[in-house]
Amino acid sequence: MTPVIKKTEAKTNGKPFKVIGQRVIRPDGVDKVTGRAQYGADVILPGLLYGKVLRSPHAHARILSIDTSAAEKLPGVKAVITGKDLKPAEDKVAKSGESSVNYSYLSQNVLAQDKVLYHGHPVAAVAATSIHIAEEALALIKVEYEVLPPVLNVLDAMKDDAPILLPNLRTKELGEVVSDKPTNIASHEQHARGDLAVGFAEADVIVEREFHTNTVHQGYIEPQNGTALWNADGQITVWTSTQGAWDQRRDLSEILHVPLSQIRVIPMEIGGGFGGKFPVYLEPLAALLSLKSGHRPVKMWMQRDEVLKATGPTSASVIRVKMGARKDGKITAAQAWLAYEAGAFPGSPVGAGMGVIFAPYKLDNVQIDGYDVVVNKPAAKAYRAPGGTNAAFAGETVIDELAEKLGMDPITFRRINAAKEGDRRADGPIYGRIGFIETLDAIEKHPHYHAPLPEPRAPYMKVGRGVACGFWYNWDGKSSASAVVNPDGTVSYLEGSTDIGGTRASLAMMLAETLGIHYEDVKPMVGDTQTVGYNDGTGGSRTTYGSGMAAYHLGKEIIREMKQRAAVLWEVPADDINVEGDVYSYGEKRITFKELCAKLDETGGPMSVSVSLDTKGAIPALATHVVDVEVDTETGKVNILRYTAAQDVGRAIHPSYVEGQIHGGVAQGIGWALNEEYYYDKDGHLMNASLLDYRMPTALDLPMIEAVIVEVPNPNHPFGVKGVGEVPIVPPAAAIANAIYRATGVRMTVLPMNPKNVLQALGKI
Amino acid sequence: MQAFSYVSARTLSEAADILAREGDQAKCLSGGTDLIVFLREGRRSAKVVVDVKGIPELNQLGYSPKEGLTIGAAVPLHRIYNDAHVIEHYPGLIDAATLIGGIAIQGRATLGGNVCTASPAGDSIPILIAYETTCIVASRNVTKAIPLEKFFVGPGRTVLQPGELLVALKLPPPKPNSGAAYLRFIPRNEMDIAVTSAGAMVVLDEDKRRFVGARLALGAVAPTPLFVPEAGAALTGQPVSDEAIEAAARAAQAAARPITDMRGSAEQRKHLSYVMTKRALLRAIERARGG
Ligand SMILES: Cc1cc2nc3c(=O)[nH]c(=O)nc-3n(C[C@H](O)[C@H](O)[C@H](O)COP(=O)(O)OP(=O)(O)OC[C@H]3O[C@@H](n4cnc5c(N)ncnc54)[C@H](O)[C@@H]3O)c2cc1C
Repeated sequence: MTPVIKKTEAKTNGKPFKVIGQRVIRPDGVDKVTGRAQYGADVILPGLLYGKVLRSPHAHARILSIDTSAAEKLPGVKAVITGKDLKPAEDKVAKSGESSVNYSYLSQNVLAQDKVLYHGHPVAAVAATSIHIAEEALALIKVEYEVLPPVLNVLDAMKDDAPILLPNLRTKELGEVVSDKPTNIASHEQHARGDLAVGFAEADVIVEREFHTNTVHQGYIEPQNGTALWNADGQITVWTSTQGAWDQRRDLSEILHVPLSQIRVIPMEIGGGFGGKFPVYLEPLAALLSLKSGHRPVKMWMQRDEVLKATGPTSASVIRVKMGARKDGKITAAQAWLAYEAGAFPGSPVGAGMGVIFAPYKLDNVQIDGYDVVVNKPAAKAYRAPGGTNAAFAGETVIDELAEKLGMDPITFRRINAAKEGDRRADGPIYGRIGFIETLDAIEKHPHYHAPLPEPRAPYMKVGRGVACGFWYNWDGKSSASAVVNPDGTVSYLEGSTDIGGTRASLAMMLAETLGIHYEDVKPMVGDTQTVGYNDGTGGSRTTYGSGMAAYHLGKEIIREMKQRAAVLWEVPADDINVEGDVYSYGEKRITFKELCAKLDETGGPMSVSVSLDTKGAIPALATHVVDVEVDTETGKVNILRYTAAQDVGRAIHPSYVEGQIHGGVAQGIGWALNEEYYYDKDGHLMNASLLDYRMPTALDLPMIEAVIVEVPNPNHPFGVKGVGEVPIVPPAAAIANAIYRATGVRMTVLPMNPKNVLQALGKI
Repeated sequence: MQAFSYVSARTLSEAADILAREGDQAKCLSGGTDLIVFLREGRRSAKVVVDVKGIPELNQLGYSPKEGLTIGAAVPLHRIYNDAHVIEHYPGLIDAATLIGGIAIQGRATLGGNVCTASPAGDSIPILIAYETTCIVASRNVTKAIPLEKFFVGPGRTVLQPGELLVALKLPPPKPNSGAAYLRFIPRNEMDIAVTSAGAMVVLDEDKRRFVGARLALGAVAPTPLFVPEAGAALTGQPVSDEAIEAAARAAQAAARPITDMRGSAEQRKHLSYVMTKRALLRAIERARGG
């Protein structure tokens, strides 16, 4: 199956794009395929020490004492730290990537103070001359615990008599603390509009269901790592795998109580993040160990079980949805109740989930309540469209059921209710130029939607087709970049966005397009917190948008400077110089960008420019997916036969990387839908902390995923960009659930829809 | 990971001497695809690792119509599934040998290692039991033969005593009109451990309409791989029919004593014992009939 690509027809100033829309070769490609690219694990420094973390064997316990004396005496051990070495951080909140961070909690998550709150919570760390000595030293640390009862799911945690994780936590009820009762409910928020009672009274059909979803992990292949040198002059340098070097710098500054200017964060190549590589875990420990070991560099990296046990997965949840619709297909009322597990510290993506759940539809009577609840699991962190997949699983299942009850085609039903530019979302904002209906059209017109389902391979096999839609906010944010114009006609381009999805290429393309020069003549490089201006992290689907905007303005700055140089050359006013692509002209005089570069020395000397922007104007992404499944009704196993995803991307700068994002999002969504889950025993031990038993899909579990690129340009962006990376993970679970229903007649209301849960739903066990 | 010393034994007696001397602090290394993982993860400890791949008796792979098949404990899977005799006479074994790990693992991993790891989910074991396999075990002084279904005492535990090692597995020659098959159920399509598996061998009469005999074993539904004689009994003498297969599958389901863990629930495994038995029997019958 070859992907259907909508040809890039859009124009700027009446001219077709030269670079944008091409499938150019990525500048980091050769290094990556030859193994030369430098990842965190490749950092080797003179005098390097190796650090390891001692982790809690309990889900919930009070630390009574820690005795590190035997570990300290082990030859080769250079430093041991515990919570005592970490001065408590301030109880204040800042934005981090797409979520927010409370420094006090972040600090306690990095290294436990008086309590451990999940299996795998760090309690001590060691630096030694070899990794084996460090491992041995961990075994010599004696920790006395008073084990406390754990609370392992959101409904239990919300009960009045639940064990309390954080004694000082009080519920923020619609923004205000109204009770002094200790609780696990960090917050209750609400969006409401219209009158639910009126809406439900008007409905001809009403569907009401409760959904349960399990904890899942991003599953990036590269484990967390970090190397830190706390130099004798007080300067700290950190080499790490991060989506947000500046976020890290600020987090380290708060946790270590060191001014920002004393910290340099160098982002290495990254082996996946999906939101999970925003928070700090090892970096502050490596820094403290470096300080304590006499300013030697300390390198740390996690094993896979540590990644699964102790880095932020995304929330398990319970979601209740009630919706009503009229016979003519109009949704008259929609109500949702969402309770998300935050893990050990407040900060689940329930707020995002509340916004996602009904976002594709125009609703007059709506109420959405959301609860952020702590439980004895690792602190939830961002994961690709945080909180979106589970919310859409609930919302889009109910939408499908309403369509079915009304005897309507699921796409027709959605089109009747589809949100458009100017409609107000349940969570407040008014939509700009979104392309939701265009994605519905794309799927409705696609051959997949009309192809007959394949014949089942055996009598116990059932096949079915499901549809679901999804929404994601998209973020704009702050971006800086700088450039050096070289005498040979090339531009060295320094940007500050960790390149996860091919953004070095797409940003360089936008700079080349702006300058009218060849893509190959732009030499992009990702800088660090010391070498380039501030950048928000690579997250929230913002990089191609925000950093792309910076690339455009950087290009405009270069053009302005180049006009000055041409003006000097020709002794004419700069303002009168005309620029067409890479040609600068004045009357009969013409000179190309490249030729002008050769004359830099004689027109004023070297040239460099930089820009720093706080960009605005992101527009949400919407998507419609269709999937065919085969269900083995004897074993409960679901096979994905065919998958097609249509998405409004605004503009596909580099279509291959747009498709890559769609493929990746769908693949992760399929994993979440079918087999991924955290499996805890009753005492709160994570039992499947390996990629053998945490079942992400393998290549053999995925079909060809056809990405249908729909381009409804964003008028706020010079090239029409909308964010792309996150929305494709939103619809898959719902689409698959709807397909399972069409195949078997059974509505799945739990994630994952693994063989056990499907057998249960089918009444076979 | 702890340091250990390594000996590559050249003869059976050399290996047996070291094992006798070091007791449970000596561990045999065959393909190492389990042992090295166990040592790294601290699930086993060893002072001495005795590589048995260089011992001739453990490397034999031979078939004769009278004696059947002899597989040295250190013969890697790729040799087994590329062997013309195995392909012709033991297709059920091919099912298992091609399923364990990927190409790289199959280049190293052995049936001896799979059996001695004694995982209840070990993929070669149910079909080897169905094939009536005997384990040849040696120590410094003694060599003995143990039926495979009596080889296991618990998860990761066998009847082997310190000082003993597995030399070979012996499978009797296939009976006329017989067929066998191994199937495992995993939630993904690769890279998983059996939630439940079934190995079946059936012997039909000359007309291929009646069961002369049958052996069935299940994986991952008890502390050890589980031989289910009741399933064989339910088939023996019966016509090949849905009813007989159903009865055998129900017998397997009744015999299963699974637990609930991260890989599946007890109820699910009970149910799958039935489903996988049925499917393995159907495939074995198809093969017995020349399919
Ligand atoms: C990536 C991967 C995938 C895998 N997939 C599967 C799978 O799909 N199905 C499956 O069942 N297994 C699987 N395994 C597990 C393993 O590969 C098999 O169990 C394999 O058959 C073990 O054989 P080995 O020769 O490598 O054993 P080794 O690791 O050499 O030995 C295993 C154990 O047996 C002992 N031992 C070895 N030889 C002898 C002997 N002659 N006498 C006494 N004791 C002995 C060792 O001391 C050790 O305790 C997988 C492993 C990996 C790493």
